[in-house]
Amino acid sequence: MTVKEVVEKLNFKVFSGAEGLQNEIIGGYTGDLLSDVMGNAEASHIWITLQTHKNVMAIATLKELAAIVLVKGYKPEEETINQSNEENIPILGTDEDEFEISAKIFNLLNQ
Amino acid sequence: MHFEYHVESGDFINAGSTSSAVKKTLKQLNVDSSIIKRTVVALYEAEVNIVAHAYKGTIYVDIDQEAITIRLVDEGPGIPDIDKAMEMGYSTASPSVREMGFGAGMGLPNIKNNTDRMSITSKVGVGTTVEIYNKLQ
Repeated sequence: MTVKEVVEKLNFKVFSGAEGLQNEIIGGYTGDLLSDVMGNAEASHIWITLQTHKNVMAIATLKELAAIVLVKGYKPEEETINQSNEENIPILGTDEDEFEISAKIFNLLNQ
Repeated sequence: MHFEYHVESGDFINAGSTSSAVKKTLKQLNVDSSIIKRTVVALYEAEVNIVAHAYKGTIYVDIDQEAITIRLVDEGPGIPDIDKAMEMGYSTASPSVREMGFGAGMGLPNIKNNTDRMSITSKVGVGTTVEIYNKLQ
């Protein structure tokens, strides 16, 4: 499933990195501890988090993640947005919390 | 090939830039992608450790046909008990660093899990040197 399909089905806001909306998602990882995500997320995963600073993009880039979802209405910092646009890794937004949105994405990916 | 990169304390904005540069180099050399991933995870963690804990540091990267060797040499407080620092979940990171999602005590274990060989030498009040070694084939 592409990032674009997930955005449309779950009504996500697209903050940045729109050129990466065709990225393919093969799974997901939820977490706010950067080393945990660094150690355990896999390439082409969608990452659900409430962290908004630029290091989020460092991890997404190094791990080649498909997209990032910020929960509970959090917004990315400007430097995070800039790097997202450079790397074509979309940053998405939702008002829901990590539990709810992880479950919804999980269900979508496993349909 | 030899590269050197400088890292400043507290510079979280640029944390990861060395890892990103090394990743690009390894890609250009057509290194297997799983080896690249392991190497950049380990290097990123070690790089962030300098930013979060030390005063400043230099990263020396050497790449040859067989392996990549990275030495991260910092000037900083040093590590009094390296065995303890290697334990999953143990961290001395400041509250502000933890707020960013760092300092969960997973960094050094992540380095160990993603390298063929790692070593730490440290002198309290002087600094720490972390060496990372991964075979490229």
